Amino acid sequence: MEAIREVDPAGSLTVVTEELMPIRSRPMIGDFLCGAAPLQKTKYRSDQFWCENKVRAFTGRKAVRVNFGEKYVELDEGERIEFEQLLIATGSKPFLPNIEGVDAKGVFTFTTFADAEAAKRKLAEEKRVVVIGGGLIGVCAAEALAKCGGDVTIVELQERILSLLLDDAASDILRQAIRHRGVKIITGHTVQQIEKRDDGSVGAVVLDNGQRLPCGMVAIAIGVRPRTELVLDTEVRVNRGIVVDRFMRTTLPNVYACGDVAEAYDLISEGRRVLPQWPVAHMSGRVAGFNMAGAKRAYPGGVVMGALKYFDTPLVAVGRTNPEKGADYEVLVVHDPDRPRYKKAVLKDGVLHGFILVGDIERAGILCYLLTKGVDVAAFKDTLLSDGFGLVNLSEGLRRTMLMRSWM
Amino acid sequence: MKRILVREEVCMGCGLCEVHCIVQHSKSKDVIKAYKREHPRPLSRVRVEELRPLSFAIQCQHCEDPLCVDACLSGAMQLDEETRLVLHDVEKCMGCWTCIAVCPYGALRMDESRNVVVKCDLCPTLDTPACVANCPNEALIYKEVAVG
Repeated sequence: MEAIREVDPAGSLTVVTEELMPIRSRPMIGDFLCGAAPLQKTKYRSDQFWCENKVRAFTGRKAVRVNFGEKYVELDEGERIEFEQLLIATGSKPFLPNIEGVDAKGVFTFTTFADAEAAKRKLAEEKRVVVIGGGLIGVCAAEALAKCGGDVTIVELQERILSLLLDDAASDILRQAIRHRGVKIITGHTVQQIEKRDDGSVGAVVLDNGQRLPCGMVAIAIGVRPRTELVLDTEVRVNRGIVVDRFMRTTLPNVYACGDVAEAYDLISEGRRVLPQWPVAHMSGRVAGFNMAGAKRAYPGGVVMGALKYFDTPLVAVGRTNPEKGADYEVLVVHDPDRPRYKKAVLKDGVLHGFILVGDIERAGILCYLLTKGVDVAAFKDTLLSDGFGLVNLSEGLRRTMLMRSWM
Repeated sequence: MKRILVREEVCMGCGLCEVHCIVQHSKSKDVIKAYKREHPRPLSRVRVEELRPLSFAIQCQHCEDPLCVDACLSGAMQLDEETRLVLHDVEKCMGCWTCIAVCPYGALRMDESRNVVVKCDLCPTLDTPACVANCPNEALIYKEVAVG
């Protein structure tokens, strides 16, 4: 909406959202749960956002159907809203495993403020929590719950936590930091059943090896799925997410999609991919907005990225951090277990394809820039992971391009 | 709009820009007190990079299409519509470090004592930012440039 208003201050703009006021930052639910972020701090935009941007807002409402032929959206109470251009930004919803007991009282997901509030209430009576899933959301939930006094166990199916983002060494550093704070981690196993007490609440989880973990609360964090319901069985093409081109256009004219629901260009695979990450959502949303308002703008492409602050272990991982063995990747590593500090760069044909920084992350963005721009780093690759690495290590030509104003 | 320009060919690497940045962003605005008495000591928002004989100072470039604003999870980092400056509200910052992961200049600093990011604000209360005003060799200059 901000991008649309930058180009077109006057056109009529309507939003339909299930969310109630105010607009809050979902990634802050962990901080909200443990009290680090009060309500005021979780506000992503001002309370006057709709008004300031001249947006007609249907909040707490649901769009149930889209008629693409006659160009209107039907709401839950039957109203029809006509459109010339439509953006589908329905996001994603947490994936729930098909296991016995998943409907027990005390089973939560961890993506909304309502989830966080419910979890907090439950925690007042029940300290033992099992977090299913050791990904980004699982680790975030585990930290917040532990900070609130929860006795937390993470159960992760893969052999390491954050398996999509990290390699064994980085994952192990984080694992130690998590254990240091009293959170238990079980990897290589999955929850097969959630046992209910007589009153229908959670009593324990049972793992695939038969191990039984008594608990009163379960947080499910095994990933999210695009919310494509609105366009299923329509002419809008859906693969894993809604298929969009570099201008965030779907296969139907004047219909756009962005964020978690979209399957957009991915820099690393050079194909399309659903990337449910905030920076991607924001950037693709702006691109969609500009194009809808008539200012042509191409989406540069997303890249898998994680910046983590959890358990006092700052960490940034971008791109292909675990290249398949045998492929033509060159891997550079600096590991100092005592600090702890770990750095890894993955190169192919002189170009950075992925990197991990643990501990010393302040210059991570420079590496991210080199990666996303496909810069040939062969000439200075030995400096990439050094302590003093910075713009000073880049070629003068590249630095001039980056700091162009200074040479004008 | 005025911006800070970096002239690496005349930078001596003296580091005075960092000193004056720290003082300007301290509570006392006094060099001795800022360095000796304020705990934690404020962080410099400008960083001198060195690889002898080359040196230069780098701070937030206030990009026209700032990636840090895209990345910001909390809404703390915003592009001011009028001044086109990238402004950071420390009160809203959740210290997620996502902006750090994407800043092409590596210009954002982690204030680990407060778990927030800090960055160049172009010294809003001064006519000329402290780093520029105190650069002895005009390796940092404050100049009108076309923006937007």
